[in-house]
Amino acid sequence: MADLALPPSLQGVEPVRSVRTPARLEYQYTAGEATTRFLRGIEQRRILGERAPGGKVYVPSRGADPQLGVPTSEQVELPAVGTLTSFCVVNVAFYGQGMEIPYTSGLILLDGADLPIMHLIQECPVEDVRIGMRVEGVWVDDDDLAPTLESIRYFRPTGEPDVEVVQPGEGVTW
Amino acid sequence: MIDVAVVATAQMPNVRSETRRNEVEMLMPVLQEVRERAGLDRTEIGFTCSGSTDYLSGQAFSFVSTLDGVGPWPPIQESHVEMDGAWALYEAWVKLQLGEVDTALVYSYGKSSPGPLHEVLSRQLDPYHVAPLWPDAISLAALQARALLESGRATEADLAEVACRSRRAALDNPNAQLRWDRSVEEHLAEEPIVDPLRRSDCPPITDGACAVILAAGDRARSLAARPAWIRGIDHRVEPMALGLRDLTTSASTHQAGQRAGVGDGPVDVAELHAPFTHQELILRAALGLDDHGNVNPSGGALAANPVMVAGLTRIAEVAQRILDGEAGRGVAHATSGPCLQQNLVCVLEGDR
Amino acid sequence: MADAAPPGEVLTAPLVIEYPFSRTTGPVIGAFLTGLRERVLLGIRGSDGRVLVPPTEHDPVTGEDLHELVEVGPGGVVETWAWVRHPMPKHPLDRPFAWALVRPDGADVSFLQAVDAGSVDAMSTGMRVQPRWADEREGSILDLACWEPKR
Repeated sequence: MADLALPPSLQGVEPVRSVRTPARLEYQYTAGEATTRFLRGIEQRRILGERAPGGKVYVPSRGADPQLGVPTSEQVELPAVGTLTSFCVVNVAFYGQGMEIPYTSGLILLDGADLPIMHLIQECPVEDVRIGMRVEGVWVDDDDLAPTLESIRYFRPTGEPDVEVVQPGEGVTW
Repeated sequence: MIDVAVVATAQMPNVRSETRRNEVEMLMPVLQEVRERAGLDRTEIGFTCSGSTDYLSGQAFSFVSTLDGVGPWPPIQESHVEMDGAWALYEAWVKLQLGEVDTALVYSYGKSSPGPLHEVLSRQLDPYHVAPLWPDAISLAALQARALLESGRATEADLAEVACRSRRAALDNPNAQLRWDRSVEEHLAEEPIVDPLRRSDCPPITDGACAVILAAGDRARSLAARPAWIRGIDHRVEPMALGLRDLTTSASTHQAGQRAGVGDGPVDVAELHAPFTHQELILRAALGLDDHGNVNPSGGALAANPVMVAGLTRIAEVAQRILDGEAGRGVAHATSGPCLQQNLVCVLEGDR
Repeated sequence: MADAAPPGEVLTAPLVIEYPFSRTTGPVIGAFLTGLRERVLLGIRGSDGRVLVPPTEHDPVTGEDLHELVEVGPGGVVETWAWVRHPMPKHPLDRPFAWALVRPDGADVSFLQAVDAGSVDAMSTGMRVQPRWADEREGSILDLACWEPKR
C-alpha cells in the first residue's frame, strides 16, 4: 500500500495497531429429548444407549442414527463395563483443567454399544494403560448423582484379561 | 444451462421456541417429509447443501452434528453455507449445472430462541466500527425506515398496511407463527419500540426449518408432475458500511431481479423476504412489483422469521404453489445482512 | 430394550461463549482509531474525490487503494436516526437515546453512532451534532462516546 499521509494533527503520536473488541454471548441450551433421556438415566445410575430399528447402538445418543438419518427410537440399557479402544496420556496443562498431570483419557466401548464414550481412566499407572484393557465405571455416591457424565468419576481396570479390539469402522465398506 | 427444478418442499411449523427438541431432532421430520414427497431414498440424493449459523446455537460446528439427521452414510457430497438456506440452494443449483449429479437436498434450520438474538446478529457487522456498539437488528432497520418515510415514498399507514395484510394472509398458512386479523388503526395505536418502528412492524423471533429437493432435467420430470423450474437465479451484495448505501432503495435486489429475469413474464405470486414492513415496500419498488396484488400470501417473514431459514422458505412457498398448480410463474427473494445488504432473487415457473 | 419415549421435562443449561479478541487494524483503520484517541475525526479521499468516513483501504466503487487521509468534523449532521426507547444491556447508553448516521463536516459519507439527545423531541434529520469524547480513550470507536445536539 502506498504511504498513508497522516494529517499534521496526528504526526508524531503512537499509532494504534490493534484494538480490543471483546464479545460475550449468553445462551440457554436445550439438551433435546435424547440427551435428556441419557442424562436422566445417569442420574439413576443407568447407562442408556439408543438405536434406530436395525441400526447401531449409540451412547450417548443425540436423537439421530447418523448412518440411517432416522430417529433413535429404541433404548438399550448398557452396563458400566467395557473395553478400552483408544486412549491418550495428557502431559500438558491447559486452561480450565482440574486434573493432575499426567492423566489418561480413554475411549471406552461399553459392552453392547457400537460407539465408544470418552472418559477418564484412573487407578492405573499411565504406562500400563493399553488398548484392549477391560474397564469398569466408578460412580459417585448416591447423594451426588446428577444428570451429568460426572456422575461417573472415572473408569478403572477390572482385572479381567485383555480382549481383542475391533475398531468401530474396521471392515466397513461402502 | 441445465434445467433445474424444485420437485418437493417441506417445512416445520414455525414456533417462538422449540423447547423440547434439539436441532437434529427438530430437523429430521422435515428431511424425512421432503424425501417422501419427492419419492427419494436418502441414498438417491446426489448433493446435500445446508444453510445455518452456529452463532444461533452458540456452538462451533453445530451444523456438523445436524448432519446426523441426513444420514450421511455411505459418505455423501455435502456442503454448507453460513447463510440463509436460499444461498445453499444457489450453491446446489450451481452444482447441478456441472452435470455430475441430478438431485440435490437443500435444507436450513435455526433456533433463534436459545440465545440473545440481537446480540448474536450484531456479530455480523463491521468488527471495528459498528459491532462494538452492539446495535440490534430493529435499530438498524428503524434507521432505514425513517429514511424511507422522510423520502416521501411511504407513510406509516403504508407500513401498517403491510403488517396487517401479512398476518391476515398467514391465517391460511398452518406453518406461520403470527396469524391475526387487525386493522391499520390498531397498528398505528401501538407505541413505537424503536421510532419509527412499532412492534408490529417487526418480525417475530422464530425457531424453524425448511427443506427443498432440486432435480435436473428428465430426473425432475420423473419426480414431479409439474416441476417448479428455476428460470433465473442471481444474487448481489452492497457495501457493508451503512453510510455508503442508499437505504431507501435496494440496488442489489434490482440488479439481481433483472439478471434473474423477473420482468420476462407475468408474475402470479411473489414471496419477498422482508422481515420489516418498510422493507417490503423497498423490495416491491426494486422488483417492479409496487402494486402487485399477490405478495407474501404465506404471510412472509413478518409472520415467521426463522433466521437462516426465512429466505429458503420464500423459494419453497413459490415453488409449492407451482407444484400444486396454483401458480404458473413466481418470484422469490431472500435477504441477508442489515438493511437489505445482500439479496437473492429466484424466478420459478411451471410447464404451461 | 424399551421405546425411547419423550422425557418429561427436557434439560437445559446455561451456555456462555466469550472471546477476548484483539484485532489488528492495519494502517488505515489504525489511523482512524488513532485519530479518535486524539479526538480527531478522519476520513479518506476516494477515487472520485468524495471523503469517506470511516476511512476505507479501497475505494468502494473502483477498488483502488486509497491513501489521502483528511481531517473532518468535529461537528456533523444527522442524516437519519432512530429512537431507542428501551436500551439493551450492551448499547452505548443506558437511557433512551438515538442511533444516527452522522455525516461529519467535510465528509461525504455518514457513519453509525449514538446521539444522547435526552428526548425523541430533540431529534430531527438535518440537526447539527457535536462529538462527546470518552474521558479515557484507547483507540477504538468507543473513544467517541456518542454525539450530542450542538449547543
